[in-house]
Amino acid sequence: MIKVNKDECDFCGACVAVCPVDCIELFDKDIKIDSKKCTECKLCIYVCPIEVISYVEHEAV
Amino acid sequence: MWNTKQYDIIVVGAGPSGSTFARIAASNGLSVLLFERKTKIGIPVRCGEGIIDSDLRLFYEPRSEWISNTVNKFCFVAPNGSSTTFKFKDKGYILNRKIFDNDLATLAEKEGATVVTNAYVSGLLFENDKVVGVKGICNNEPFELKSKLVIGADGVESRIGRMAGINTTLKLNEIGSGYQKTISGINIDKSVCSFYISNRLTTEGYIWIFPKGNDKANIGIGISGKASSNGESAKKRLNDYLDQNFPNHKVESIAVGGIPISKPLKQMVADGIMLIGDAARTVNPLSGGGLILGMKSAVKAVDVAVKIFKDDLETSKLNLMEYQKRWMANEGKQINRIYRIKQAVEKLTDENLNRIIKKVNKLPMDKRSIARLFSAAIPQKPSLLIDIAKIFVGY
Repeated sequence: MIKVNKDECDFCGACVAVCPVDCIELFDKDIKIDSKKCTECKLCIYVCPIEVISYVEHEAV
Repeated sequence: MWNTKQYDIIVVGAGPSGSTFARIAASNGLSVLLFERKTKIGIPVRCGEGIIDSDLRLFYEPRSEWISNTVNKFCFVAPNGSSTTFKFKDKGYILNRKIFDNDLATLAEKEGATVVTNAYVSGLLFENDKVVGVKGICNNEPFELKSKLVIGADGVESRIGRMAGINTTLKLNEIGSGYQKTISGINIDKSVCSFYISNRLTTEGYIWIFPKGNDKANIGIGISGKASSNGESAKKRLNDYLDQNFPNHKVESIAVGGIPISKPLKQMVADGIMLIGDAARTVNPLSGGGLILGMKSAVKAVDVAVKIFKDDLETSKLNLMEYQKRWMANEGKQINRIYRIKQAVEKLTDENLNRIIKKVNKLPMDKRSIARLFSAAIPQKPSLLIDIAKIFVGY
């Protein structure tokens, strides 16, 4: 699944602009990815100017 | 209270485009609510902050508090480090966007618009497929609010448009991945804006150095989303550049953002809604500059909206379409031309770029122009030379 490092994220919205399924919600100082809608296409990972989005095989418990 | 009233127009996003729209609509007697997601308008800054004096004056009389520094020359630096300097036809400014953005919202407020910050718009209200308002959360309180017209001025993410069924999604080659540091402790000519171009290092983009006066500057990079990836990101590339070229710099602040560098949107309006500014992709796809174009789109959109309200017409897609028609007849057409030039310029190798800068630099400074620069860049494409001539008249 796609993970955002919220401590480092600047909430700029570049990832939201390229998301083909519109599954990213951006707040003033928070960001949420709807993992049910997400297709793990990774476009958000590529476009992120500061490399704070990553792909992890399984969600850490 | 704002959440118990009904407004003629709800504007989502208090950037320069949204605030300009709100100010003009309110000054024409319309009731306007301007929503901003952030707690403080103008913070954080997501902009290189460069603007031309005569462009700014199309909309606002410049205030001294808005201006960090005045510039009168710009310089292109080739991959091999050689450079050529041009004179601005008039002066340029490096703005203080924090103060600028906040003042623009205040000016809208003075005309009678209601400004609400910390308000997150999560969805639109519909009646018979027509947008009739917005819903969201403000200070942990949910709200639903009706209006005759909604303006999506929500920036690069442009979700308001998507909620209305407009496809605003950018492909990776249609977005610039941007990263900028405001740094101090450097010694540069404060009258010159510099652009460093290198296909290898700034793929489908460039590094800008905008001096802010004293020993400060905005130094940023925009690269194509296609060229960006972990390990090759805007941040990594700019940090490498700064370490090499300004080893003793001190970081004052950092700005991050996506920059629309696409063709104009195919659809800028729907029933009950118009998109303006970055949300409508009203950006020069070659320079990434969107401040002036965004405010131009706001003025075009508000002209159409005011007329619709004065004539008591429906805010239907058909009636709102007049805005899109006017945009495409002017700025939209220019953006398409610039996009064609951009596609040709992107193909240039670093050797090509070195040669072009050398060629233009042989001309005396008063003979150098952007038109000549691009004509030297793509002489093998006569149809593009016409595009260049039409865009850079006087430059």
